[in-house]
Amino acid sequence: MLELLDITITQDTFRLAADFRVEKGARVAVIGPSGAGKSTLLSVIAGFFPAESGRILWDGNDITATPPGKRPLSILFQDQNLFPHLTVAQNVGLGLRPDLRLSPADYEAVTRALTRTGLQGIEGRKPATLSGGQQSRVALARALLRARPLMLLDEPFAALGPALKAEMLDLVAEIADETGATVLMVSHDPEDASRFAPETILVAEGVAHPPRPTAALLDNPPPVLAAYLGQ
Amino acid sequence: MSRALRIGAAFAAALVLTLTLGTLGAVLWRAESFARLGAADWSALRFTLTQAAVSAALSVLLAIPAARALARRRFPGRALLITLLGAPFILPVIVAVMGILAVFGRSGLLNDGLAALGFDRISIYGFAGVVLAHVFFNLPLAVRLLLQGWLDIPAERFRLAAALGFGPGDIARHLEYPMLRARAPGVLVTIFLICLTSFAVALTLGGGPKATTVELAIYQSFRYDFDLGRAAMLAAIQLALCATAALLAARFTLPSGFGSGLDRPVARWDANGPLLRAQDIAVLTLTSLFLLMPLLAVVTAGLPRIGGLPAPVWQAALRSLAVAGASTLAAIVLALPLALASAARPGRRGLETIGMLPLATSSLVTGTGLFLLLRPFANPGDIALAVTVAVNAAMALPFCLRALLPAARELEADYGHLAQSLDLTGLARLKLLIVPRLRRPLGFAAGLTAALSMGDLGVIALFADDDSATLPLQLYRLMGAYRMQDAAGAAVLLLALSLALFWTLDRGGRADA
Repeated sequence: MLELLDITITQDTFRLAADFRVEKGARVAVIGPSGAGKSTLLSVIAGFFPAESGRILWDGNDITATPPGKRPLSILFQDQNLFPHLTVAQNVGLGLRPDLRLSPADYEAVTRALTRTGLQGIEGRKPATLSGGQQSRVALARALLRARPLMLLDEPFAALGPALKAEMLDLVAEIADETGATVLMVSHDPEDASRFAPETILVAEGVAHPPRPTAALLDNPPPVLAAYLGQ
Repeated sequence: MSRALRIGAAFAAALVLTLTLGTLGAVLWRAESFARLGAADWSALRFTLTQAAVSAALSVLLAIPAARALARRRFPGRALLITLLGAPFILPVIVAVMGILAVFGRSGLLNDGLAALGFDRISIYGFAGVVLAHVFFNLPLAVRLLLQGWLDIPAERFRLAAALGFGPGDIARHLEYPMLRARAPGVLVTIFLICLTSFAVALTLGGGPKATTVELAIYQSFRYDFDLGRAAMLAAIQLALCATAALLAARFTLPSGFGSGLDRPVARWDANGPLLRAQDIAVLTLTSLFLLMPLLAVVTAGLPRIGGLPAPVWQAALRSLAVAGASTLAAIVLALPLALASAARPGRRGLETIGMLPLATSSLVTGTGLFLLLRPFANPGDIALAVTVAVNAAMALPFCLRALLPAARELEADYGHLAQSLDLTGLARLKLLIVPRLRRPLGFAAGLTAALSMGDLGVIALFADDDSATLPLQLYRLMGAYRMQDAAGAAVLLLALSLALFWTLDRGGRADA
C-alpha cells in the first residue's frame, strides 16, 4: 500500500497538498488541469523532488528519504526513457543490473521481456531506429524486468496516436496484472482514465484528492473538473 | 549528486584555487611595497599596456573588412579558410614567431625584397615585432567573432533592406554599424586581455629596456637577477592588470570553440557591384597571405631539416609529448567533475567561476608563486616538468569547461532523472552514460589541452635546466644560438606534433558517435 501522509509540496509560489492512500494492485489515474501539479506529484513519489513536509510510506516503510533508484518503483517519463547510445538489449538490461554486467541468463531474461512486450529480434538496434510505439515497448520491457511493485506513468504515451496509445495501456494493464503492480498514471485525457483506471486522483486547486471511483467522478464532476473537461 | 562526484569536484576546485589564488597569495606575501617600483618597471607597465592596446585595435580594424567580405561572399575554399582561422589557437607561439621572422625578419622575404629595390633593411624586433605577432594571432580570432556578428543579423533584415532598395552605404549604416557597435568592444577587450598575458611573443621578439612586458620582466628578474622580491611585485602588478581586464571582459561574451555554423549562407542583394567585389577579393587575398605566408615559410625551410635534427631536440620532443599527455589527463580529471557538478546544480555558478579563474591569471605569476611555495622542498630544475604540467592543465581548464559544460547540462536535463530512477551511479554511470554521451566535447577538450600544452613556452622557461627543456624551449634556445636551420626543423616538428595531437584526440571523440 502506498501512503502519502500530510505531504505538502512547495515550489516558488506553487503549493500542493496530498494526504491519501492507494491500495496494493490498484490502477489509478491522476487527472487535473495542466499546471495543477500532476507531474510534480509523481516526481515527489519517485524521489526527484523533495516534499516540504510529510511522509511517504510503502507497505508501512518510510521511503521519504530514499534515493530514486532505491525506491520500490519504476517510472516512465514523457520522453527520454531510453539512452540513445545504448542498444535495446542494454537499455532493457539496465533494469536488471545498472552496471550492465549481464550473464547469459540475464540476456535470456531481456529477450523474454522484449518478446512479452511484442518485440523480437531488435536487441542490437539503437533507439533512434525504432518507432515511437516500439520505444515505449522497450521501456515497458525494462519496467517488467525491474519488477518493482509500484509503476508510475508520467504520460509516456502522449506522443502516440489514439489506437497505439490504447494498445500500450492494455499492455501496461496486462503487465500490472501479471506482476501485481500498483499503477499511478498521469493523463489529461478522461478516456484514458475510464479505459485503464478504476480509480482516479483529481489534482486541482492545490490539492491532490484521495482516489475515487473513476466512473462516478467523471459522471458527476466537481466544478473545477467540469470546467477542465469542458462540460 | 553522488559522493564520489562531490569529492572529485571539491578536490578539483581546491586544486584550482591553490594554483590561482594560492600562488597569488604566496607572491603577494613575498612582494614588498610598491614604493620601490623603478623606472624600468614603469616602462614595462607602459609597454605592456601600449602594445596590448595597439595590437587589439589593429586586429579589430583589420578584421572588420575581412569579416565583412567573408559574410557577403560565397567562393570555393571559404569553409576551409574559416576553419584555418581557428588554427592559430592551437598553433605554438614560437612556431608562428619563426614564421613571422622568416617573412618580416632581418633576412626574411620582405627585407630581401626591400634590399633588392635598394632600400635599407628594417628590423622588427621590439614594439613593431610584438604588435605584428599579436595581430597575426588575434586577427583570425577577431575575424571569426565579427563574422559571427554578421551572421547573427537575421537574413530577413537583408531581405527587407533589399526590398527597400538599400545600397551598401545604407546597409552599413542601418545593419552593420549597429552590430559592430555592439560586438566590437567585446572583441577588443578579449584581445587586449590575451595580449596582456602573452609571454612567448615578448620573450622572442621583445626585450631590451624599450620593449619589455611585465611578464617578461618577471621572467628576467627571476631568471637573471634572481630578485624574488621584484619578481613578486611585478607579478602583483600583472595580476592587477589581468583582473581588471578580465572583469571588463566578463561583461562581454568570450569566444568559445571553433567556429561551427559559420558557413551558413545568407543571400545578399547589395554587394554585387564590381568595385565591392574587387575590394573583398583584395582584402581576403591579403589576409590569407598575411596568415599563410609565415607558416609556409617555416614549413618549407624546416621540412628538409627534420631528419638531421640533433638528439637533444628529439629528447625534448619526447619530454613535451609526456608533458602534453599528463597535462591533458590532469585537465580532464579536473574539468569533468567540475562540469558534472555544475550541471547537477543548475543556478549555482560557484564551481564554474572557480574553473574560469585561470583565464584571469598569468602563467608566470602562477609559476612564480609555485616556486615560492615549493622552494623549501625541492630544487626548481627537478620539478620543472611537474610544475609545467600543473600550470598547463590549469590554464587549459577554462577552455575544457567551456566545451564540457553545455553538453553536461544537456546530459543532466535529458537523462539525469532516468539514470537516477535506474540507480545508475558511480563508475557504471561514468562508463555507460557520461563518457559515451560526452565523447565529442571530451575529445575536443583533450585535443585542445594537448596542443596548448605541447606548444606552451611559459612557465617552463622559468624553471627548466638543460635536462628538462621541452620542445618549445629547446627551439627557443636554438634560435638564441642562431642555429636557424635546426630551429626551422624543430619548428616543423613542433607544429606537426601539436596539430597531430589535436587532430587525433578530437577525431577520437567523433569516432562512431
